[in-house]
Amino acid sequence: MTTNRKRRIKWGFVVFFTPVFLWLLLLIVLPQLELLRLSFVGTGGSGFTLRNYLAFFKEPIYWLTFVRTASYAILVTLIVIVVALPVSFYITKIARVRASGFLMVLLLVPFWVSELIRVYGWMILLRESGVINQLLVRIGLFRQPVEMLYNDVTMIMGLVYTSMLFMVIPVIGVMEGLDDALIEAAYDLGAKKLAIWRTIIIPYCMPGIISGSIIVFMLVLGSYLTPNLMGGKNSLWFTEQIYNQIIIYFNWNQGAAFGFLLLALSSLIIWAVLRLTGQSLKKVIK
Amino acid sequence: MQIALSVKNVTKRFGDFVAVDDVSLSVEDGKFFSILGPSGCGKTTLLRMIAGFYEQSGGTIELRGQDMTDVEPNKRPVNLVFQNLALFPMMNVYENIAFGLRRRGEKSPAIAKKVNGLLERVGLPGAGKKTIDQLSGGQRQRIAIARCLVLDPTVLLLDEPLGALDAKLREHMKVELKKLQAQVGTTFVYITHDQSEAMVMSDAVAVMNAGRFEQIGTPQELYHNPASSFVAQFVGNNNKLRAVMHKDERGGFFARYGNGMDFKVDGAFDLSGGDAYDLFVRPESLVINPVEAKQELNVMPAAVKAILFDGGNSRLLVTPDGFADELVVALPQTKQFDHIRAGDRVRIGWDASKSVCFKRADWKIYDDE
Repeated sequence: MTTNRKRRIKWGFVVFFTPVFLWLLLLIVLPQLELLRLSFVGTGGSGFTLRNYLAFFKEPIYWLTFVRTASYAILVTLIVIVVALPVSFYITKIARVRASGFLMVLLLVPFWVSELIRVYGWMILLRESGVINQLLVRIGLFRQPVEMLYNDVTMIMGLVYTSMLFMVIPVIGVMEGLDDALIEAAYDLGAKKLAIWRTIIIPYCMPGIISGSIIVFMLVLGSYLTPNLMGGKNSLWFTEQIYNQIIIYFNWNQGAAFGFLLLALSSLIIWAVLRLTGQSLKKVIK
Repeated sequence: MQIALSVKNVTKRFGDFVAVDDVSLSVEDGKFFSILGPSGCGKTTLLRMIAGFYEQSGGTIELRGQDMTDVEPNKRPVNLVFQNLALFPMMNVYENIAFGLRRRGEKSPAIAKKVNGLLERVGLPGAGKKTIDQLSGGQRQRIAIARCLVLDPTVLLLDEPLGALDAKLREHMKVELKKLQAQVGTTFVYITHDQSEAMVMSDAVAVMNAGRFEQIGTPQELYHNPASSFVAQFVGNNNKLRAVMHKDERGGFFARYGNGMDFKVDGAFDLSGGDAYDLFVRPESLVINPVEAKQELNVMPAAVKAILFDGGNSRLLVTPDGFADELVVALPQTKQFDHIRAGDRVRIGWDASKSVCFKRADWKIYDDE
């Protein structure tokens, strides 16, 4: 009887797992394996070579672009943390129940529109003939319109905007479990506001902050639209290098190698940050 | 004796609702003071005003003679032990206790000395490295109190900290808390809805109902000389006999019970003839089959409905003749009454000086009453 039941469970498992397995295998694993193979093959020949990977380290423009991209991704993540914590705190602890639901909807609504449209929205606001410039010129603050697009500050602002939700949601999830009495107890024991944030709220929300940071960091590092449209030609984002190799130079091998380098290096950075903050991936995922 | 805490005519309104209504109290240094009342009577609101989490709508709160009106909670020399204890789960025991000292900017060696000293005093030496979830309920209790005591507060406020413990541990912690308070000598202000907790531990108890203090006194005073019908019923067990007060020919008063019997009353009560009164008699004041017919003894025949055996706390449930009421009578376990069975007829009597009476009031302690 037990064997019978075992077999039935197995069949159910097979039925439900097969589509998932096929999906993973055909659409994710196989293409990736092919890309991995390509990355170890020279442009013309077919022999095994590390040239594509070595090019990244030999040519300063490549690794400098990566360093620049990673640094900006870390900066964006930090800014997102600083912005998301008070927002989450307001939604979970200060706003009333009905208001907090409404605020969550307000946060989500922009994400019903595609990233492209959202970025175009920013461009309409910020470009030389845009809404903000016209307004500032009309009230006499600027003598002539100024180009606000295509610089690093604007690009970072755009990246913070597009990725903030991915920090707010995990942080709210953790913060809802934070007992108000803990905050009151800290206040009662003599802590000032900043000390309460530093010693109670942030340590409590750390799992949410870390998982949000991983998502935001990966999203920003791998994003293509926002840096390109808002940062312009000199945004020098690493994803552009991959795009250029594959689409402009038709060098799939080099592009594939860059892709895997991006994956490896970003994983390395996340691993290092987890070690530094004393968090384990297990705890964060839980 | 110096006054540690003085609350003068404090009122708290939430919109139209008056949670605390013109309450005054003063607590001497080193005393264990309890505020006892049913849930929703405003006792937690009062405590939170003393701690500084609510601002009073009127009146003043003084600690050692200093007005606390504009002082933030983190600047007040009072600390609060929360109902759920609110120990910090992200810190170990040592860091929990050191938290307040660190906020004061004290040096590490001084902190270590104080924390370890206090851990010893609450009977948990060497527990500093443990995490909060490694502690038992009673241990958490002690850590939560230690976390406040380490700051040497003028007054320690406790918001029903024994509520979450099981009955056996609660009995144990009552005694522990009283011993601890006597040992450290800090002024405790303790809030509870459990009259037994308040009576066992306190030097003085304030009984609170619907935002007001009904009576402030020692546990003995509250028990033997309740000032109101509410106190008589809320503090300790009591039998309530519904009666109508009558005046006799000599100007004295007697109470006519529902079954038509007349009972003597004795004591300085606010009496008026013809009004409905409640006569309160403690179960242990009721004597089964009284022997001598004293002048001041009220005697009434009754039928035994049930025997509620509970060791030293055993009681008889009796129904007086001619009236559908239930009275609880203490049943001393001296073998003298072992022959009593359910359905037996007994006489119950009590000394008129041991009953108290109040004009009938329309309040309820419990919703199902």
